Amino acid sequence: MDFGSIKKRLLKFSRSAWTPFAAIPIALGIGAIVLLIAGYNPLQAYAAMWQGAFKDRTAITEVLIKATPLIFIGAGLAVAFRCSIWNIGAEGQFYAGAVAATAVGIYLGDLPRFLLVPLVLIAGASSGALWGMLAAFLKNRFGANEVVTTIMLNYIAIFITGWLVTGPMIETEGLFAQTAKISQNAWLWRFLPPTRLHTGFILALVLAVVLYIIIFKTSLGYTIRAVGINPDAARYAGINVKRKVLLAMAISGGAAGLGGAVEVSAISYRLYQLISPGYGFDGIAVSLLVNNNPLGVIFSGILFGALRSGAEVMQMNAKVPSVLVFLIQGLVVLSVVAFGVYSYVSKEKEE
Amino acid sequence: MPKNNDPQTILRMEEIHKSFPGGVFANRGVNLEVRQGEIHCLLGENGAGKTVLMSVLYGLYKPDAGCIYYKNEKFDVHNPKDAIQNRIGMVHQHFMLVETLSVAENIILGQYKPWKVLNNLDPVIKKIQQMSKDYSLNVDPTSLVKDLSVGEQQRVEILKALYHGADLLILDEPTAVLTPQESENLLDFLRQLADKGLTIVFITHKLEEVMQISDRVTILRDGKTIATVNTKETNPRELAKMMVGRDVLMNLTKKEKQPGRIIFSVKNLNVNDERGLPAVRNFSFDVHEREIVGIAGVSGNGQSELALALAGLMESEFDSIVLNDISITKRDLTRLNQLGMAHIPEDRQKMGLILPFSVSENFIAETFNDRPFSKYGFLQFKTIKNYSQSLVKKFSIRVGDIDEEIAHLSGGNQQKVVVARELDRRPKFLLVNQPTRGIDIGATEFVRQQIIAERDGGAAILLISTDLEEIFALSDRILVMFEGRIMGEVSPNPDMIEQVGLLMAGKTIESAL
Amino acid sequence: MELIPSILFLQSILAATWRMATPILYAAVGEVFSEKAGVINIGLEGVMLIGAFSAYSVAFESGSLWLGLLAAILAGILSGLIFAFFTITIKANQIVVGAAFNMIGMGITGFLYRSMYAVSAVPLGLKTFQSVEIPFLSSIPFFGEVLFKHNIMVYGTLLVVPLATFVLYKTAFGLSIRAVGEHPKAADTVGVNVFRMRYLSVMIGTALAAVGGAFLVLAYADQFVEGVVSGRGFIALAVVVFGRWKPWGAFWSSLLFGIFYALQLRIQTMPDVNIPYQFLQALPYLATLLVLVGFNKRRVQAPKTLGVPYK
Repeated sequence: MDFGSIKKRLLKFSRSAWTPFAAIPIALGIGAIVLLIAGYNPLQAYAAMWQGAFKDRTAITEVLIKATPLIFIGAGLAVAFRCSIWNIGAEGQFYAGAVAATAVGIYLGDLPRFLLVPLVLIAGASSGALWGMLAAFLKNRFGANEVVTTIMLNYIAIFITGWLVTGPMIETEGLFAQTAKISQNAWLWRFLPPTRLHTGFILALVLAVVLYIIIFKTSLGYTIRAVGINPDAARYAGINVKRKVLLAMAISGGAAGLGGAVEVSAISYRLYQLISPGYGFDGIAVSLLVNNNPLGVIFSGILFGALRSGAEVMQMNAKVPSVLVFLIQGLVVLSVVAFGVYSYVSKEKEE
Repeated sequence: MPKNNDPQTILRMEEIHKSFPGGVFANRGVNLEVRQGEIHCLLGENGAGKTVLMSVLYGLYKPDAGCIYYKNEKFDVHNPKDAIQNRIGMVHQHFMLVETLSVAENIILGQYKPWKVLNNLDPVIKKIQQMSKDYSLNVDPTSLVKDLSVGEQQRVEILKALYHGADLLILDEPTAVLTPQESENLLDFLRQLADKGLTIVFITHKLEEVMQISDRVTILRDGKTIATVNTKETNPRELAKMMVGRDVLMNLTKKEKQPGRIIFSVKNLNVNDERGLPAVRNFSFDVHEREIVGIAGVSGNGQSELALALAGLMESEFDSIVLNDISITKRDLTRLNQLGMAHIPEDRQKMGLILPFSVSENFIAETFNDRPFSKYGFLQFKTIKNYSQSLVKKFSIRVGDIDEEIAHLSGGNQQKVVVARELDRRPKFLLVNQPTRGIDIGATEFVRQQIIAERDGGAAILLISTDLEEIFALSDRILVMFEGRIMGEVSPNPDMIEQVGLLMAGKTIESAL
Repeated sequence: MELIPSILFLQSILAATWRMATPILYAAVGEVFSEKAGVINIGLEGVMLIGAFSAYSVAFESGSLWLGLLAAILAGILSGLIFAFFTITIKANQIVVGAAFNMIGMGITGFLYRSMYAVSAVPLGLKTFQSVEIPFLSSIPFFGEVLFKHNIMVYGTLLVVPLATFVLYKTAFGLSIRAVGEHPKAADTVGVNVFRMRYLSVMIGTALAAVGGAFLVLAYADQFVEGVVSGRGFIALAVVVFGRWKPWGAFWSSLLFGIFYALQLRIQTMPDVNIPYQFLQALPYLATLLVLVGFNKRRVQAPKTLGVPYK
């Protein structure tokens, strides 16, 4: 590799990467205005957020822990969005994965560790994949718009979970709406005590890299991207568009489902109603922020993890409701979108 | 320029220049003079500039230079609404009709202030019915446009123009979408209109029509006005010559033809277009090894459908298709590139390339799954890069960085990528459709040279092009296509250019004599 | 005599149906305008939340429900302006902008609610719109209960739907909207301002969606809670499809979904029925899925340029 081409690649990367860096301050700025209107001191609020996220080792690991499901989901969404499939159902796929993982973790709990852990994860991924493929199938076969179907499947998945944790899978004591703990043999290793940082985080990083490689370095990824950009040209080149749609949703759902499985087997050790406080929607912003690049998702995932983690502390200390984070995320998406078009427009003028 | 005081002249377009980005000079100082009450034909080949000129008049394009005088007043037109308000109407090739609305609704669209209540359309409907009767147009104002036949839809477009009070009516290749009977009816109708005092400008490439209905005809070629003549004082031969005639530049080196065996043979191919109307009719031809068969014709006579059908992208019926001694079934058509065929498509941006992809990614658009470009599913970037670079060199493609988006390349270089990709596969049969459309001179020369080289190397080539110069320069045999049929076969002798012009315009050789 | 319990059951279901359908109906009728002009807004959920919260806070602070409703409408119009700006002027992807709106809606309403009200010790309930009993008609057995004892916002749908139909099909404005969604170039060439038509349609859509959200706090519940909309904005999208992009179609489709909501509520209160309540809660969403699947799109086409920006 010569320096010339490295330099060129860096330049190209920075030219397209400046958008997230510009979008975040803008979103935070507008957020600050909202904070002011509501009577808060934005500087105090953001300071508390920053503190909460980064003040010590434990805080930083909490950021990484919060980032883990976001990276899983975001990487999967990057694949779907690259195929121009608007998977708004990552939330439901996450739940599907969590349910399957819990079931395996409880009912097959006697299996030895080296079998149980992979089984739990595979169950979660498959369950999420199937849940995602359902929407793809409906789109291929019936032309059903995937935006609405995936959203409906979200609700259905959440309700099924609700039923399970208050009914058939409820804990033995029957006190709370949650399942029993999964077998210890299924627990992922927390490798940095006393923090909660677990191997699931590493797995998320690995998955992001794997998906990056698939999308950009394999012929499969080539076809997925081609279908996403120009389905007609893809068909002309002999690509089976419907099959790719199915595959993209399988990967996307599987990644989200894996995220759900990891959340259960590393953090909560059981399934309960609010196992995901909206990770599926965060994931959309996480992926869009880095132009649907699975590798970039690692960074935007950590960023949003920091936002979430910091927001929790901000809520505790500065009494600012953490739900502000959703607003910031939405604003980030809008800024990115506005910049994206802006940079395209200015590119045109250059020529 | 002094104002024209001739009461007969209703329209004068002077020195109209219009160019488009990419170096396309559509109108290069065109002059047009139309008299009140006449039927004036604008005749020319593809790319002569006829539609652009009328689009300028109708306010769809702003001219780079030149002025327009309408009814003896300087006419500044900024958009179609201006034209309509000045009683100029245009019937486009692609109708400006909203299919889900009724005829009446289409006609009154944009005519009223937003808050106007359209509770009772009866007065409008009555007026339309009356006009329909007066002009024998037979249009039902309450029917939905999508339920109408193409011919009827065209009548609605005409009615729309008349309803808005058009004194000058422009029609752009109106018979392109009509059956012969409907065409006859249209021409009769236009004569009636002219008799009632309307002025009509009729864009066409069909000599028959020009001779049949026009009073005068202006011939355009390469963006310039060649001549304006009284129809009575001319004949199809002369018109064809003016439309097409020039010295064909033949500075392409081409070996003497020595065709080999038949590589590609088609018998009785029939293809329907998007609307279900026949576009290719009983089409049969053979292409030999080391031969270029050129299909000449004005676009819209079935060429696109012919190419798409042979590339397996469009439904077709045929008695037989044989490629390299293998009998081709309908299913085979979709994978002909695996049987030794290559295709350079008409629309490189839609079908040939994936614009946001890099140049090298586009080179492997059909081979990405094969060795050596892909091993166990993984793209072999080094191999792909080397391959791409070698092709870039071989085909002299101007690329800054092989990894940059192909959208950044000029049209000519984009086309070279497609050509390089297809030719490098050493196909037995090559289907080329408009290979040099919209690209610069250098690339054009190069691409043509490559096609000849391929032919000399043993391939059988079918060349579809609306550029007569190209057809003559490259082909060993020329088939002229008109309204989906082969009108005749001609040898690429420059003396035959008039014949070809006649055939392209619908006149068989015998009837022209 | 055994007939009476089942008639009463049916009566209570049907009586609730129209009421349950109302918020979805407002949003769906609005979205019909937007989609007829070619713009799809999946951010209705967020807009309904914004409408709900605006209505609540203004009504609560001012004591006037009508002011609250007005606030919702204004908030809806403003949201529409922003949405239109991003999708029509910047020409960004409509799905992405819609998704962003949902996040923004969730975030801003949740944040403001928690900052302003959740910590309050003061009772937060509004004196909501009460049912208006239409004299004489409401005494009709069965139908009186079902049709004539609703609050004013429910009756409002009977005003909005015919009005929407009238505007869409009997005014030049509506004609332009319909043209712009099918063949914007044709409309452009006869002088219709495609961008302006789309802007207005989007804003009508969001204004009505905001009214739907307002209904949920001004008449249905008596205060704002963060889950007050819970998916109705998305169901409205399916209702538009099922109603074939017509206001009356949206009306009947919303009623259909209303039945599912009503059923769900009623069956939960029945002691001897053992269906887990989550299944009932899932009914409307399941129904939406089935509608989208079973509904053969080939019969009625969506507006041709839906989702495609105009250059």
